[in-house]
Amino acid sequence: MSDTLIFVIISLIKSVVVVALLLLGVAIGVYLERRILGFIHLRYGPNRCGPFGILQTIADGIKLFFKQDITLPVTERTLYVVAPIIAGVTALFPFVAIPFADKVLPDAINLFGRTIDLTQYSMNRGVIADLPGGILFILAVSSLSVYGVLLAGWTSDNKYSFLGGVRVTSQMLSYELFLGVSIMGVLMVTGSIRMTEIVEAQKHMWNIVYQPVGFILYMIAGFAEACRTPFDLIECENELGSGFNTEYSSMKFALFYLAEYIHIITISAIAVTLFLGGWQGPWLPSGLWFIIKVACLFVFFIWVRGTYPRVRFDQLMSLGWKYLFPIAMANLIVTGVCVLIS
Amino acid sequence: MNVYYVPVLLYLILIVLMMSAIVFLSSLIGKKPLTDIQKIPYECGLDPAGPKEAYVPIKFYVIAMLFIVFDIEVVFFYPWLVVYRDLGVVGFVEMIIFFAILLIGLFYVIKKGALKWE
Repeated sequence: MSDTLIFVIISLIKSVVVVALLLLGVAIGVYLERRILGFIHLRYGPNRCGPFGILQTIADGIKLFFKQDITLPVTERTLYVVAPIIAGVTALFPFVAIPFADKVLPDAINLFGRTIDLTQYSMNRGVIADLPGGILFILAVSSLSVYGVLLAGWTSDNKYSFLGGVRVTSQMLSYELFLGVSIMGVLMVTGSIRMTEIVEAQKHMWNIVYQPVGFILYMIAGFAEACRTPFDLIECENELGSGFNTEYSSMKFALFYLAEYIHIITISAIAVTLFLGGWQGPWLPSGLWFIIKVACLFVFFIWVRGTYPRVRFDQLMSLGWKYLFPIAMANLIVTGVCVLIS
Repeated sequence: MNVYYVPVLLYLILIVLMMSAIVFLSSLIGKKPLTDIQKIPYECGLDPAGPKEAYVPIKFYVIAMLFIVFDIEVVFFYPWLVVYRDLGVVGFVEMIIFFAILLIGLFYVIKKGALKWE
């Protein structure tokens, strides 16, 4: 009984830490994005709140929190209110299965005179739930994020929101397919779908060495999945206003914003886990390595946003279905041959 | 085996509560009654014209159908990937046949013009 209680408490503590770190990461990420884009555009970016403008995101958050919450008299009122919550929850959810550190607790602890083995159910590992089918769970859960956007666009009673919602649905559905195919090479090389085992299999060599094409395909699909430039058709300002979130204000809008940035962090974290060795690295603590790698990929996302123009919708679709899908398949076959030979 | 999913449930409850609390708390704060102009859909300051819901091009439905077909076929790869080393050449050849059928389907779809957006 008390073992179960310890299990629940440890899981809850890990959950709270992960959520807190993610929200902190979003705050820093938004600041970094505005600042780096500023430098790319040869302007300053936010530099007034606190040293180098670091407190800008917090100021924005407080402002959004106290804004008037305009809940429109729409037909589907419940879904309209629930949509941002769904977006936020589905964005945060995949992190439950991503290993973020090696060991955060000792193998066994002595509590009230009895020893409790923490190795059972991976309680001592730096992952909230060490699921046997980790990557399948992550793919399944992250595909749910379509619902938040689709419901928001559909229930807003605004044609431009609706068009934005429909567009992003077909975009995310299509690229989810290539995302799934592009990581298959890694699963084939590793022979496991458990996230912790995939990380441990990269002890001597990162998977990106065996799967360079897979990594590139994954990143392209990831950009589309997170709806980032050059695939941010979700919010074509010149065509759709602000897309699916036009009719949302105050904290409801902030949740969509939060979801977008958590998406980027999640895509980066999965890329790090599958291709870049996860938390493995010399000298520094494992959790810090994980954060450093994710931060590098996050900055890469911002860099691409500052560099590339937006594609057209037909280009997006033909790129995905006609080029990326066959290339991903070919990559899988080549990987199969290589694994068979070795 | 199902014990692994207890933390998942806890985490889900935590984030659902947090997100709901954020929306609920912020809806308590701020000016309450909406003015008439705030109630109409945003359209860059113009009065909204035409029907509320735009018509959706049929291509979006086609994409959705293609997604279902291909995604379900792709799902079959995952169990194959995990046991790939044990299956050896036989598993590889069998999957090549499956690949071929999948790609023939894709080329048929492209030839039919289902992915044409012009």
